[in-house]
Amino acid sequence: MRDISMDRVQATRENILGIIKNTSLTHEQKLTNLANAADGLLEVLDVPEGLDDLLNCDADRRCICDLFEGHAPMRPRYIVPDYEKFFKQGSAFLQLEPPTDFFEALNHLLIIYKHVPSITNYPVYLGNLDMLLDPFIKDLDDETVKKHLRLFLTNVDRTVLDSFSHADLGPVATRAGYLIMEVSAELENAVPNITMRYDPDITDDEFVLAGVRCALKTAKPSFANHKMFKSELGDDYVIASCYNGLKLGGGSYTLCRLILGHIADRARDIKDFKENVLPYVLDIQGRYMDARIAFEVEESGFFESNFLAKEGLIHRDRFTAMYGLVGLADAVNILLEKEGKSDRYGHSEEATRLGVEIMEIIDTWNKNHVNKYCEATDGHFLLHAQVGIAEDIEVAPGTRVPIGEEPAELVDHLNVLSNFHKYFPSGTGDIFPMDITIHKNPEYVVDIIKGAWKKDLRYLSFYSSESDVIRITGYLVKRSEIEKFEKGVAVLQNTTHLGTGAKHNGKILERKVR
Amino acid sequence: MTAVTAPVNKIIPFSSVDGPGNRTAIFLQGCNIDCRYCHNPETRVTVVMSGHNPDISEAVITVGDGPCQVDITHMTPQAVMEQVKKQVPFIRGITVSGGECMLHQDFLHDLFVLAKGEGLTTLIDSNGTLPFSKCPELLSVTDGVMLDVKAFFQADYETVTGSKNTYEVVLENAVFLAAQGKLEEIRCVICPSLYDGKKSVRALGEYMKSYYEPGAFHFKLISYRPMGVRPEYAHMLTPGTDYMNELAAILSEIGYQDTVVV
Ligand code: SF4
Repeated sequence: MRDISMDRVQATRENILGIIKNTSLTHEQKLTNLANAADGLLEVLDVPEGLDDLLNCDADRRCICDLFEGHAPMRPRYIVPDYEKFFKQGSAFLQLEPPTDFFEALNHLLIIYKHVPSITNYPVYLGNLDMLLDPFIKDLDDETVKKHLRLFLTNVDRTVLDSFSHADLGPVATRAGYLIMEVSAELENAVPNITMRYDPDITDDEFVLAGVRCALKTAKPSFANHKMFKSELGDDYVIASCYNGLKLGGGSYTLCRLILGHIADRARDIKDFKENVLPYVLDIQGRYMDARIAFEVEESGFFESNFLAKEGLIHRDRFTAMYGLVGLADAVNILLEKEGKSDRYGHSEEATRLGVEIMEIIDTWNKNHVNKYCEATDGHFLLHAQVGIAEDIEVAPGTRVPIGEEPAELVDHLNVLSNFHKYFPSGTGDIFPMDITIHKNPEYVVDIIKGAWKKDLRYLSFYSSESDVIRITGYLVKRSEIEKFEKGVAVLQNTTHLGTGAKHNGKILERKVR
Repeated sequence: MTAVTAPVNKIIPFSSVDGPGNRTAIFLQGCNIDCRYCHNPETRVTVVMSGHNPDISEAVITVGDGPCQVDITHMTPQAVMEQVKKQVPFIRGITVSGGECMLHQDFLHDLFVLAKGEGLTTLIDSNGTLPFSKCPELLSVTDGVMLDVKAFFQADYETVTGSKNTYEVVLENAVFLAAQGKLEEIRCVICPSLYDGKKSVRALGEYMKSYYEPGAFHFKLISYRPMGVRPEYAHMLTPGTDYMNELAAILSEIGYQDTVVV
């Protein structure tokens, strides 16, 4: 372990005291922040030379961001337990036999959720809930099922204190799926995030329509292009956290992200960016992720000691890592400006072409970089269009067109995005607030989704511009909770804090309403 | 190909309110009646082009002035289709509206033939004043008609539309289209200041009953709203939600399903 300066120790002590005295944080939030502060004192990773200037510089120059993963990762960032297997075999560690009815099944889930670690300390994946629960409700009437789903989902919302927590539905219509959507629409909770894995050839039209109706009420489910994810990750993929495609029984060791706008700032022109600056940063972020993964697998002891691994609910060799990026739009605009051009991302073919060229460079780099612990994905990372964090100022999420600059017509917007979604098997998404009138015509939304899948779009979210639960980036918050937090009241969920930051820095309430 | 053109007032690429699913809506200029509550009075004015050169597929003309000014583009079906294709595969079809689009039947026919070639469905939004029974060729490429029935009783109809000799045609169209399986929707704008909505909707419902079976067509009841109407009519009353729901209940009592209230 390397030494650190006393200045850094002193700064950490002040930070710790600040956390302890902060009245806007709940007890759980304080514990998480304290643990982060403690681990920030360690220096054990074998990091590449040159990282410091890209990662630890001022925020407005930062080119690589490790999203608060800390200096000594003790568990993978995202963990995707195989809950079906848990239902089949129970758990010795949790002292649970396999559930025999619906009530035990729900109770089992609530128990295991408390023991699934992640970067947020809350489970980022709650299971393909409809498939998991459907076998248990055959002999129960709707009212009984809904009553217990209501209790279960309310429990999740009040104890899984983070919207980066995902339940999946589909692709096959089930009675459990319909009832989960019905209850979710009624409860209007922010947690969990829900995605419907949708394939027009497998999913009933009625099921996806029910999904749209629910989404316009409460901003979920989102819709994932099932065919596309399946072709890349296999049948046993899930959507976890914000919208991340990962392997069931695996997950992601880490997620670091390139801040493309700031990388473009450091280049003289397009040529310099493509040939020198970008490849340099790509390599350093790659080697930094290698170092994090090596520590987790070889030193942390997680895979040897955690019950999920010991009981076969996760497998080390189903993990991969997410190679993230933000600000493609920023990079394109900055580079075009350096060439004396006024084209803007989202509004010109030349800008789109440059965006695609940048993505090709990143994709090719990834295909040539090998990490021996990413066997699940052929030894390569999965690219990820990251949604941004509250601290981001003037940074466009992933490959999105910045809020306020969306093309006037939705069709033009979709056509721009269709160039980029295919690069991101571990997730990318775009969000469209809808005018209330389409409550009366959910088929309108379904037509857009069907068309989008034909155009290689991967993942879409819709919400009504008038609902309380709104989608910030990859997670949901309640407008009413943001308002409370702004008045200095401690609120239950972590993501409300992020949402408040995003409201101010990310202008999320100003998205173009469709 | 044909050199027929129509005056196009606007094209809405994605519309959620002009028929089932997502559709591109095309609004043509010019109307043959004069509804007091017309929400787009600027589409009513008929534009006469003198010395029109048939080789030009698009020509922009400006009518009106001040806030009512509109740009009208004379377009061929081919030119309109080029605009529509940008929305494929996100749309399931097109809807042509107005003004009154049935004033441009040849154009509609040719446009719909092209749309069918792209696998799109085709809807006409009409005030019903021109007889559909006289245009079988157009109907053969039309999936459905969304028909305005401005009011069921003649006196009310004439109050609303200012039109003296079109009342019977509208009701004939409703029956004819329903029998042909081409009636998509009957739409009624409800404006209590102009006529008794309850009486009218009930009578219309009874009148159409024998042509109805579930899934065949549905009613859309539209509350009159003062937005966009000419200032001299802006004082007319907007019906309340309760009133609109009562009308929907009347239709459901008669046996109609899927009534839409907006
Ligand atoms: S039929 Fe339509 S366009 Fe013509 S006057 Fe009436 S409301 Fe206006």
